[in-house]
Amino acid sequence: MPSTEEIRTDLAAIVNEVAGIPEADVQLDKSFVDDLDVDSLSMVEVVVAAEEKFGVTIPDDEVKNLKTVGDAVSFIEKAL
Amino acid sequence: MPLDGSRTLQVAEGTSYARILGVGAYRPRRIVPNSEVVDAIDSSDEWIQQRSGIRNRRWAADDETVEMMSVEASRAALAHAGIDARQVDCVVVATVSHMLNLPSAASAIAHELGTEQAAAFDIAAACAGFCHALALANDMVRAGSARHVLVVGVDKLSTMTDRTDRGTAFIFGDGAGAVVVGPSETPAIGPVVWGSDGEQYDLIRQDKSWTDVLADDDPTYPFMTMQGSAVFRWASFTMAKTAQQALDRAGVKADELDVFIPHQANMRITNAMARSMKLPEHVRIARDIAEQGNTSAASVPLALERMLAEGEAASGDVALMIAFGAGLAYAAQVVVLP
Repeated sequence: MPSTEEIRTDLAAIVNEVAGIPEADVQLDKSFVDDLDVDSLSMVEVVVAAEEKFGVTIPDDEVKNLKTVGDAVSFIEKAL
Repeated sequence: MPLDGSRTLQVAEGTSYARILGVGAYRPRRIVPNSEVVDAIDSSDEWIQQRSGIRNRRWAADDETVEMMSVEASRAALAHAGIDARQVDCVVVATVSHMLNLPSAASAIAHELGTEQAAAFDIAAACAGFCHALALANDMVRAGSARHVLVVGVDKLSTMTDRTDRGTAFIFGDGAGAVVVGPSETPAIGPVVWGSDGEQYDLIRQDKSWTDVLADDDPTYPFMTMQGSAVFRWASFTMAKTAQQALDRAGVKADELDVFIPHQANMRITNAMARSMKLPEHVRIARDIAEQGNTSAASVPLALERMLAEGEAASGDVALMIAFGAGLAYAAQVVVLP
């Protein structure tokens, strides 16, 4: 079971690849939309890449609840 | 196959292979830049380009009907192929915006072109229509049902677009593209990989049926609706896998591919597909959407025509085509370009 920090690190790498955001900026308290400028289409790409990376399922209905990096990390932790 | 011991049934003699012999396009006269659509959806040129890669689209005038645009594109395709209309045995028109349920658009188009009573019919597979029709044409030529098939992808979705809907108003454009399919001495159209995911039937649809329209006291024209995020997810990732299957079925490795022509749905979908498929750098990717918008069934042949006209693709290039849309319907195949 990966630690919270390991999940955040992997997620930061995905956000970097999809949206070009520096990995160091992808911290738990950051909002995808307001702080990191990840729009809804990029968010779909992040979610699909995260599903493959972590072997979890993140339904479309759930994506809108993942407002911050911390929300996404918690969801992945629970789903693992 | 003996019928009763004394008689035998003759069957059509086909040909081993078929190919695309020529391509043609019709782009409506009126160019509509983002600045013309932003006010109704409280948006900006920058937002539209960032969300979709679209700078301009073209909207057809009243005289630029589905039939008229199709005939123009078809004449160009026939000229490119060096085929006379009288040599065309069958006309297949992929469209969802011909405003008569009957007769078919294809019948009028076949007549206007001067075919000798070619078989003619329409198919409805929305944005996926062209690659469906191309698969049919390939099979018809190979099976001997027809020698030269004219395939048209045409749509005029501006008539079905709610200009105030932020999800669709800036996306769609009008146009027609056509190809001529005929016999080939070498393999030039690979196996089609196609299907439909009816579980997601509602993701892209007409908002009300004609029955509901007619029952309304104050009838209004039906519009298209689309659940953008879910469509984006399906198109970008599931369709990338379908495209890969078409390559595999044709025995073509990504390294051997010259050109990728996906349905021009959204530049972001094209980019995500290419990334997901890990296409090599040398593969040229169709980006007609920037100037044309999403033209539904017309988008693949329009994009092909632009790439050939602008020298981005050449005769003999190996191209992967994939089209996908409402249904959700999809079809993909590898072709050798004319």
